[in-house]
Amino acid sequence: MNGAALKDATLCAAVAAVLFVPVVGLRTAPGPTGPLRIEPHFGIVAVLVGLVLLGRLAIIAWQARRRPTAAETPRRVARVMARSGRYVAPALLALAVLLPFLPGTGRYELDLGILVLTYVMLGWGLNIVVGLAGLLDLGYVAFYAVGAYAYALLAQEFGLSFWVCLPLSGLIAGMWGVLLGFPVLRLRGDYLAIVTLGFGEIIRIVLLNWTNLTNGPNGIGGIPRPSFFGLPFSSGGEPGSFAHFFGIEPSPVQRVIFLYYLILALALLTNWVSIRLRRQPLGRAWEALREDEIAARALGINVRNTKLTAFALGATFGGFAGAFFATRQGFISPESFTFSESAIILAIVVLGGLGSQLGIAISALVMIGGFELFRGLDEWRMLVFGMAMVVIMVVKPRGLVGDRTPTIALGTRKAIGGGLVGQGQG
Amino acid sequence: MTQGTRLVVDAVTMRFGGLTAVDGVSFTAEPGDITAVIGPNGAGKTTLFNCITGFYRASSGRIMLGETALHRLPGHRIALAGVARTFQNIRLFGGMTCLENLLVAQHRRLMAASWFGIGAVLGLSRYPAAEREAVERARAWLEATDLLDRADDAAGSLPYGAQRRLEIARAMCTGPRLLCLDEPAAGLNPRESAALSQLVRAIRDGTAAGADPCSVLLIEHDMGVVMGISDKIVVLDHGARIAMGTPAEIRADPNVIAAYLGEDEPA
Ligand SMILES: Nc1ncnc2c1ncn2[C@@H]1O[C@H](COP(=O)(O)OP(=O)(O)OP(=O)(O)O)[C@@H](O)[C@H]1O
Ligand SMILES: [Mg+2]
Repeated sequence: MNGAALKDATLCAAVAAVLFVPVVGLRTAPGPTGPLRIEPHFGIVAVLVGLVLLGRLAIIAWQARRRPTAAETPRRVARVMARSGRYVAPALLALAVLLPFLPGTGRYELDLGILVLTYVMLGWGLNIVVGLAGLLDLGYVAFYAVGAYAYALLAQEFGLSFWVCLPLSGLIAGMWGVLLGFPVLRLRGDYLAIVTLGFGEIIRIVLLNWTNLTNGPNGIGGIPRPSFFGLPFSSGGEPGSFAHFFGIEPSPVQRVIFLYYLILALALLTNWVSIRLRRQPLGRAWEALREDEIAARALGINVRNTKLTAFALGATFGGFAGAFFATRQGFISPESFTFSESAIILAIVVLGGLGSQLGIAISALVMIGGFELFRGLDEWRMLVFGMAMVVIMVVKPRGLVGDRTPTIALGTRKAIGGGLVGQGQG
Repeated sequence: MTQGTRLVVDAVTMRFGGLTAVDGVSFTAEPGDITAVIGPNGAGKTTLFNCITGFYRASSGRIMLGETALHRLPGHRIALAGVARTFQNIRLFGGMTCLENLLVAQHRRLMAASWFGIGAVLGLSRYPAAEREAVERARAWLEATDLLDRADDAAGSLPYGAQRRLEIARAMCTGPRLLCLDEPAAGLNPRESAALSQLVRAIRDGTAAGADPCSVLLIEHDMGVVMGISDKIVVLDHGARIAMGTPAEIRADPNVIAAYLGEDEPA
């Protein structure tokens, strides 16, 4: 055991050394005479490699200690999670609703809240596709982009109001979901992942190059801001504006608060639809497909159409989020819809726990909020962040909330351990 | 009606490249019968099942259930035509509870009642009643398969024998006219096998869980089960039908003894 552990840890350290020597160990710095020269920093490399060695040993020791009790721990953890879960969700919701009025909440906190909620919504939308239906979609950002551009173009070209454009953008994104889903959903697993990845890139490249429509890399600016059901937010407070109508001092923070509640409402809509659908035959069919597609087909479930509904619904919510993004930013360009966005959203879903609404909300908060928290760490931020993700996946391989709650029960609902729940093969 | 749907398998051939896994097999499964398909390993039994249940498209031949041409239907339609099946290597929805497994089996009925999902989201009144009815049907089948106390446990956490029974219950929840069982007794102990025989008979006679009588097509290696409950036996070897008849006839058939029973069957 100890020999094996040492060997394993040494191997990890060796890999770390290979990675760290060029990345950290060799730096370029201006030499005394002018031209750049390479400065070795092998001290840091040694420290990092040592850390990896010790860390790996610690992980192995910890896992070995945990294994004998593996059978009971999840159940205990599950019980605690279930009990605390009952309070965590309402507490988070209350916090989200009250945030704009909490003392100490300023413009920065609100903006951060809006950002986190956008990712919560995207996570919940993608969760329908990946978490429930088990379809690995690496191009989710495509629908986010379609929604954003649909909103921008509809609002600018046709002068439609926000409340008309929002559902239209969702609809258009959903249509694209069907359009893209129809040919690719017969693929499974890795193949589906690659094709969706490709679609994500294709959409971005089309946006970059279709200059007549999208203005290419320069993006679309001056996107109309949302109004409070027809009352614009303006700093002047002239008649007909939000502040004038309610007889209050005009302030730029009013619009931010409005945007905050808008995205909160959109996210909660996504949540409500997902939770409701999960308890309906359609949602159960999604989960059945994730568990075993062949068995589902033998029971008369139309596999392609059922997958398509999941894909389209996920795309619709992505489109809503995109429309919101466009109206908040006032400016969009293909820059905002790169693959790394898809990866972040997928990471949120996986870290939160496939299929778990609460887990995804927490993980979006941790990932997006935490990333802001570590701002002071400068270039170490990514490293700390990556480490945190690895730690979560080691400690909870099925995500923060890996258990699945049954949708119906004759007696009491018992959480189902993540180990039994399928992750979908496509 | 439930009675009177005969399964006719007519000269079905299934080729995989150069290999002919099923070679011109014909037989009929009469309504209200338990028809067993037996044969040595690799004889083509599962492949024949896959053709009947739409997982493979037969290279040639016809498969009729009553007036319905099963060989022309896409996979998911076969279940709607009234054919349900279980799998040789159990395929349950392991992360879902037993009850959920049985509700998924009633997907079609519930979908129609929920207006294909839209009505249910909006909370239309027809859906809750349909769901209650589905839960009652599931409860009846859980009781018939002796799984009622495990209803809220994950299917993947059940012991092996219980998983086999749950798979049968799930197939029956689709309301089939023909139930195809692929080695349901594999891995069961003698007591469980006896209970299984009882259950299959009850399914055929329509005395289980208040369901209508249902013809059964059965692949099985356990000769005790096959000889005990079958009304008719079809014997395959190397893809071809080598014998067909009642258990007594099959027991006495020299071809069968040579191909298969000789070494397995003591009596
Ligand atoms: N998809 C496939 N592709 C190629 N060959 C196949 C395929 N499915 C089955 N076969 C072959 O067809 C033959 C019959 O297999 P089948 O599974 O039908 O046998 P079986 O009678 O069910 O055997 P067992 O009693 O072991 O379950 C075997 O030789 C098998 O290798
Ligand atoms: Mg077989």
